[in-house]
Amino acid sequence: MVELSALKRSQAEFVGKPVVSIQDVTHRYGKVLALDGISLDVPSGLMVGIIGPDGVGKSTLMALIAGSKKIQQGKVTVLNGDMADGAHRRDACPRIAYMPQGLGKNLYLELSVYDNVDFMAQLFGLSPAERPVRITELLNATGLGPFADRPAGKLSGGMKQKVGLCGALVHEPDLLILDEPTTGVDPLSRRQFWTLIDDIRAGRPGMSVLISTAYMDEAQKWDWIVAMDAGKVLATGTPAELMKRTGTKDLEACFIGLLPEEKRSGHTELVIPPRAAGKSEIVIDAKGLTRRFGSFTAVDHVSLSIECGEIFGFLGSNGCGKSTTMKMLTGLLPPTEGTATLFGSSVEAGSIEVRKKLGYMTQAFSLYGELTVRQNLVLDALLYHIPSKKADARIKELVEKFGLGPHLDSLADSLPMGLRQRLSLAVAVLHEPKILILDEPTSGVDPVARDSFWELLVDLSRKQGVTIFITTHFMNEGMRCDRISLMNAGKVLACDAPQKLIEARGAPNLEDAFIGCMEDAVADDASGAQNKDKAPGRAPAAAVQHAASKASAPSGFRLRLGRMFAYARNETMQILRDPVRLVFSFVGSALLMLVFGFGITTDIEHVRYASFDLDQSPESRAYLEQFAGSPRYFARTAPVRSAEEGLRRLQADDVSVVIEIPPNFGRDFRRGNAPEVLAQVDAAMTFRGETVAQYVQAVNNTMLQNPANGLQVSPPKDTATFEERYMYNPTFESVYSIVPSIPALLLVLIPAILMAVSIVREKELGSMINFYVTPTGKLEYLLGKQLPYIAIAMLNFFILAAMALVIFGVPVKGSFLLLTFTTLLYVTATTGIGMLISSFTTSQVAAVFVTAILTITPTIQFSGLLQPVSTLMGKARLIGSIWPTTYYMHSSVGAYTKGLSPGLMVQDIVFLACCIPIFWAVSMLGLRKQEK
Amino acid sequence: MTSLLNIFWLGIKEIRSLISDKVMLLFVIYAFTMAVYIQATGTSNEVNNASIAFVDEDNSALSKELINAFYPPRFQAPKKIDARETEDAMDKGLFMFVVGIPPQFEDDLRAGRNPEIQINIDATAMQQAGIGTTYIKSIVNKRISNYLKRTDEQDSGPVQLIIRKLFNPNGTASWFLSVVAIINQISLLTIVLTGAAVIREREHGTLEHLLVMPLTAFEIAMAKVWANGLVILLATATSLFLVVQMALKVPFAGSHLLWFLGVILYLFFATALGIFLGTISRSMAQFALLNILVVLVLMLLSGGSTPVESQPGWLQNITFFLPSRHFVSFSQVIIYRGGGFSAVWRQFLMVGAIGLVFFVYSLSLFRKSIAVTK
Repeated sequence: MVELSALKRSQAEFVGKPVVSIQDVTHRYGKVLALDGISLDVPSGLMVGIIGPDGVGKSTLMALIAGSKKIQQGKVTVLNGDMADGAHRRDACPRIAYMPQGLGKNLYLELSVYDNVDFMAQLFGLSPAERPVRITELLNATGLGPFADRPAGKLSGGMKQKVGLCGALVHEPDLLILDEPTTGVDPLSRRQFWTLIDDIRAGRPGMSVLISTAYMDEAQKWDWIVAMDAGKVLATGTPAELMKRTGTKDLEACFIGLLPEEKRSGHTELVIPPRAAGKSEIVIDAKGLTRRFGSFTAVDHVSLSIECGEIFGFLGSNGCGKSTTMKMLTGLLPPTEGTATLFGSSVEAGSIEVRKKLGYMTQAFSLYGELTVRQNLVLDALLYHIPSKKADARIKELVEKFGLGPHLDSLADSLPMGLRQRLSLAVAVLHEPKILILDEPTSGVDPVARDSFWELLVDLSRKQGVTIFITTHFMNEGMRCDRISLMNAGKVLACDAPQKLIEARGAPNLEDAFIGCMEDAVADDASGAQNKDKAPGRAPAAAVQHAASKASAPSGFRLRLGRMFAYARNETMQILRDPVRLVFSFVGSALLMLVFGFGITTDIEHVRYASFDLDQSPESRAYLEQFAGSPRYFARTAPVRSAEEGLRRLQADDVSVVIEIPPNFGRDFRRGNAPEVLAQVDAAMTFRGETVAQYVQAVNNTMLQNPANGLQVSPPKDTATFEERYMYNPTFESVYSIVPSIPALLLVLIPAILMAVSIVREKELGSMINFYVTPTGKLEYLLGKQLPYIAIAMLNFFILAAMALVIFGVPVKGSFLLLTFTTLLYVTATTGIGMLISSFTTSQVAAVFVTAILTITPTIQFSGLLQPVSTLMGKARLIGSIWPTTYYMHSSVGAYTKGLSPGLMVQDIVFLACCIPIFWAVSMLGLRKQEK
Repeated sequence: MTSLLNIFWLGIKEIRSLISDKVMLLFVIYAFTMAVYIQATGTSNEVNNASIAFVDEDNSALSKELINAFYPPRFQAPKKIDARETEDAMDKGLFMFVVGIPPQFEDDLRAGRNPEIQINIDATAMQQAGIGTTYIKSIVNKRISNYLKRTDEQDSGPVQLIIRKLFNPNGTASWFLSVVAIINQISLLTIVLTGAAVIREREHGTLEHLLVMPLTAFEIAMAKVWANGLVILLATATSLFLVVQMALKVPFAGSHLLWFLGVILYLFFATALGIFLGTISRSMAQFALLNILVVLVLMLLSGGSTPVESQPGWLQNITFFLPSRHFVSFSQVIIYRGGGFSAVWRQFLMVGAIGLVFFVYSLSLFRKSIAVTK
């Protein structure tokens, strides 16, 4: 941590200088150009906004500035240092706070609010004494105090963003980078959020804030604006300057004005013709719709009635119950209470008929990305059974109208957002529905595309009389609807024409009207709401001062250790709260132990046999009696009467061996003519056939030496007798060899999979960013992640050992303590394998399957499970001799069955101990400290 | 009629999606060709290259002759060790077998006695230990009589036991292993393909879209069953003809048609299981974890790795409800033993019945699952 005085000095140095300076930065994702030679100087100490629609490169730019993404081309200077330089990044990252895009993207959803913030505080090296004070202050200042123990996954979008902000502010940063912090957040929380930021800035005037947003109206109040489009900077300046330059009154219009000519072409001011007056038929009618998930009420008594041809808007934040309401209207989800009817009939009862009149566009655009535009449209026509001629005409008409012509044969996935959205609408209206239900159809689409999309909607509503039900979180889209209903926390707050709503509240615009409604609702709900942050006051500023004065500088090593334990604690809590992984790690290994232990056995017993006695003499009966006399190996079934019957029963797997005694067996035997006995053995399963054949031979041999049965003869001359000593497993039962080998297999499979998933999961869900932007070192990260899994694997080892003893009756003959120590080394190595695999897999699914295949194959084939290592040759021998399981298998089987002396396990221990640092080193090389 | 058409068109879409997923497609091809071949030829229960040592306390011409009787590929070149080293060498796992030849061995034999040879067997190597011991005994006795009588003839006992191995006379392991490998790949890939198709559709939101259309959950599920089943069926047929019959030259004793009928019944079960797992897991990652547990159980207890008869009685009662066990069983009957319908109808019935019950159950879950997505 930088010392306070030094920090002050460096601040003084760069006041007036740009806090961020970007020169010729270009960034590509594969072929897609995200940033196109950008150069930009961001003045310090200001609130700077980056505006532009989704996909123009805002997030990439911010990630580069925050140091979380690796710079491909160009130069990024932040806080007077080059961000390509690792040393500078390490020094600078405690002074930068970065909140990535996506509600709660870098939060751990299983963890509580407090634990999330505490984790960040630990990574930034705050001492245990100052952490609780600082966190409590921050949580109280943001109004999260009462929810400190709630898991982050169960918070609303606005609250998640506040938790993210607390995490970002827990160390006092000089540069705060917020990537779309308010997208999808309700207007009241949004306003509170900005108030909070203003207060924090008041407390730390030197701090620069860099924010991106898709809501252009928000940016109106900020100090300085960067307008971006298609990877380029369109313009920079104060909002007033920009609006003056384009001669517009608001930023959205200003942005459109700034766009290059060809993008604006065809764009005209959207005009919505008024609806024809007069009452018409009611097509959507919902009464008291309620939906509960457990104790949580997602939708609370919503009633609506929508007329034919109306454009009805549903406004609210993410998670307020909009989508759930829609699902109930479309019959996807049965309501807990209340009814919904479309065209007077219930959605559930008249299902198929009603659904033919319904068009639906889900939030995700619900297209088959792997099909082409044409295939998507045709599939829909086929599923609605539109006659092919009519379908062709209709598709042609839509393609023309929606401007999809040039893209007919490209994959839906390859289309830009705006086109996908139009294709999705075309698919939804292909069968000419009477009602169109659209779930946030315009999120992530630029303003020009949004306007042209609305033109299509207006055309459908006004010219074709289609009723449109649309949800959105854009206020200006709400203004375009005939009527809107404002929704928050599952309840409809108000429902009327937008203009009337504004007038009724006497508010300047819809957003203020909405906030007014919400505040009323909150006031009504006063009981649980007294803690809502009415006025955050100067608390955050005070908190900042407070912590800064305490900033101490513990030694580097203790900091590292602290961060490692922070990750270990974090991982432990996550896995304890994830039922699937928890079950997999414990129940999974116990279950597999049972399945392997009972299921894999090479003991061939109770072989079903049938006799085919053509002699029926005392000798033949005595001969056959011998088979019945060894019940462990042979089980008698009804004798067969003909050769065909014998064959048939062998075919049907009814018996495995038929013993045929020829006629005159008794006579020939007495005369010493050596009569032939034919044993027909089913060898379809080769190993079993071979074993059964040996059993038959053995029964034949022993009976000839057994004086009790009258068939005895003296042993032939010139033969030796044999004394067989089945060492380590005197009864020669496979349970004694299989059971001790199973832990060796399970303790590589399960810990490696869990370890690989835990790291890849962070990459996939986005919390990996915390590793990129905090001072956490690679080894600290890896060890911190590994510790909990070593503990889990050791617990598993004890469970498996207990099962071996209690269920299978296989005790450890050697030193249990030594075996435990060897196991500790082994699981450290096997979790290392998982770590290594995580460095080259990018999805959890791939991590699971790759780990499973890479660990199971060498373990089963080359480590002595099926074939002793001493019998392997060539490459198999080589793989066997470097695969850790080989050594553990030797120790484990040795300790269980052979009672190996410690001296013999030393070689295994030394090898396993050598593996561990190798896995660490390679994993560290594979782990990136920045996103690519 | 419209329902059948819907199922057909949805299935075509399913196949198109699969074809565009190149990685998955390559994996399917690999699994049914290379992987089957490797599994069939890679492992064997045969004694091969077994490590053996002798403690020769006789040091006679005969004992040297005996030691020379063991050579590759079945056995490694024998090592001579001291009696005191035996225990330690076996503990280290250096040798699977240590054979002890007693003093005066040759003299005793010439005197008409039957001296005793000691075989120390590392019984933790279950599969090779038993068979290997038998080999050692037969090699030793053959060599003794050969040496003492200067002839290859062996004394025949009072009863001549002729053992005839039916259905696989030479005991070629790859015959059995190749078919088991195909069966295992069918279980694994059918479940992966179908389950992933359900989850992908849910994650992309297209499932909701389908459910709002005039389609029933039955049609959507049935389309996945036939489309993914067909892909696996084609892969199975290719694997059977190219790998098993052409490359490995495994004879097919029974009727191809009958076996494929059985495969179709099993596919019905496996696709239903895929839909079930795809429905209950909330993400691809959970699905992958569950899949590993389920598929391992299906494979290990099917009787393909070790015989069903060797399972304890109570476990056999449970595995009776495992369709994979009946699949392995009727495959053996049809492919090796050449059994007809009368020999397998019980197994067919069992696979079909369990498949149907599972399908009905998965279907009812499938519709409910929409509530889980949000």
